[in-house]
Amino acid sequence: MDRPAHDAPLDGNAVAGLLGEAFAFETTLALVRCATCGRTDVVARARAHVSAMGAIVRCDGCDAVLLVVVERPDGTLVSTRGAAWLRAPRPADRPY
Amino acid sequence: MTAGATGGWHVATVVGARPLTRSARELTLSVPGLEASSPGQHLDVRLTAPDGYQATRAYSLAATGQAERADLVVDRVPDGEVSPYLVDVARPGDLMEVRGPLGGYFVWRPGDPGPVLLVAGGSGVVPLLAMLRARRASSSRAPFRLVCSVRGPADAIGREEIDEPTPGVEVHWVFSRESPPGWPTRPRRVADDDLAAPGFTAADGPDVFVCGPTGFVEAAAALLTGLGHAPDRVRTERFGGA
Amino acid sequence: MSIVTRGFGGRRDDPGDDVPPGQFVTQDFPVLSTGPTPSVDEAHWQLAVHTETGAAHRWSWDELMSLPAEDVTTDIHCVTHWSKLGTTWRGVSLDTLFADVETSADFVMAHSYGGYTTNVPLQDLLDGQSWVAYEFEGEPLEPVHGGPARLLVPHLYFWKSAKWLRGLVMEDDDQPGFWESNGYHAYGDPWLEQRYS
Ligand SMILES: Cc1cc2nc3c(=O)[nH]c(=O)nc-3n(C[C@H](O)[C@H](O)[C@H](O)COP(=O)(O)OP(=O)(O)OC[C@H]3O[C@@H](n4cnc5c(N)ncnc54)[C@H](O)[C@@H]3O)c2cc1C
Ligand SMILES: [Zn+2]
Repeated sequence: MDRPAHDAPLDGNAVAGLLGEAFAFETTLALVRCATCGRTDVVARARAHVSAMGAIVRCDGCDAVLLVVVERPDGTLVSTRGAAWLRAPRPADRPY
Repeated sequence: MTAGATGGWHVATVVGARPLTRSARELTLSVPGLEASSPGQHLDVRLTAPDGYQATRAYSLAATGQAERADLVVDRVPDGEVSPYLVDVARPGDLMEVRGPLGGYFVWRPGDPGPVLLVAGGSGVVPLLAMLRARRASSSRAPFRLVCSVRGPADAIGREEIDEPTPGVEVHWVFSRESPPGWPTRPRRVADDDLAAPGFTAADGPDVFVCGPTGFVEAAAALLTGLGHAPDRVRTERFGGA
Repeated sequence: MSIVTRGFGGRRDDPGDDVPPGQFVTQDFPVLSTGPTPSVDEAHWQLAVHTETGAAHRWSWDELMSLPAEDVTTDIHCVTHWSKLGTTWRGVSLDTLFADVETSADFVMAHSYGGYTTNVPLQDLLDGQSWVAYEFEGEPLEPVHGGPARLLVPHLYFWKSAKWLRGLVMEDDDQPGFWESNGYHAYGDPWLEQRYS
């Protein structure tokens, strides 16, 4: 096991490192639209189930899976199947 | 290697270790190549056993602004895999890896003039301490109120430093299991009265940051939205656990 | 691996034992979940096998309990590198559940309460290789570990042993389940280290 498995969920903040391996922008500030219910919010406010197999980011409105992040030896795999879209933050949204 | 936003893994060397409470310890790491962080950000910390086994956990930065250095405060989770190592075993000279600084959402920008309400449960105080330290180190006059919930006085991380009188900064302690001798209130959970204070009500529109164990964060966030704070002004960071 | 963290052992024993390559032995039972733990009470619990013709075979909790149970002692291997040796389970063999099921399909998609899925070839579920397990170490299976009942297919990586099992759907083709759609191996043999697709 190389990651904790919390029965109590974390939130999108916890997947900043994992997602940051795949995207060149600050992913927790990216907007994500749920393909199931249409809720649109920043990744940081979604629920995250982080385990050793990967991180599953779920919609805070309807619980549908938005993103799945798996760290494979050949690179980080991100499935966005549950997201209608993901929009990178503007530079002004960056913390630094 | 990596083309992503994180910049990949950096080798970190423990350069300092200082007990803060019976279960929490401050660890200082020297990390060549690590960028300076913003208050509220965290690192992913990866440990590698001699046989190659690895474990990764997230830890908030307790102090920010200085590149190539990381100040962590780790609270021991009984029977945990990583935190007991960081609290009880790691010592200066030991090596680990870190990735970061991470996160752009749970971040206070010292340029923001508005009031800030910080609500911490247990080790959730760590990223909020970074915000408080950044406020004190800068010319910011943003009004701050920090509500810290801890089990008992012996569990309060950084209490002396947090309590240091600073104009514009209010600190409010809530003891959930055991109050200090002579404390005016009996042990209790955080309630509306702790969160509603003049200058920090929903009408004042503060930026609210809530951090701690998942159960604490959810309870406190529910109280805050019940008090009228707009849900998108209440930023939360869940640490896991019950 | 570039560095070693002195004094860090993780939550493990020395391997030494006969474990698949890349595995470490643990005494704990780490929890891996893809979402919140569903709470399914036994009064409303149901297990169904759906065949490719649309036929369904269903068992209530009481019906499952009335089927012959087996005690199983087995090692389990999680793709995240931990193995747990000599675990003991009690449950109903899939041979028993499939005794009256007529199918010519070769693949099974296991479905869970909570929405999880995982695919397993039917031949890996039969001939004493898998169970619907409802006790672990002599106690009712805890919800966090998949209770009331989970699939137990110990010769494959443990994500194949679907927690909170509710249905087995026969498929003509080997469709990927949840993790199999997200970079993990379609079959998952720990002895061949079939971790990723
Ligand atoms: C963004 C982020 C920042 C964090 N910052 C800090 C920090 O600054 N300081 C700090 O001490 N921790 C912090 N944490 C928590 C930390 O990442 C670990 O979860 C914690 O140290 C426990 O790890 P472990 O390996 O010891 O326990 P594990 O082996 O992962 O867990 C053992 C058991 O404890 C439970 N558990 C896990 N985490 C917690 C928890 N936080 N509280 C109570 N029970 C828990 C688990 O459910 C499990 O049953 C942060 C978490 C996140 C997501
Ligand atoms: Zn949704």
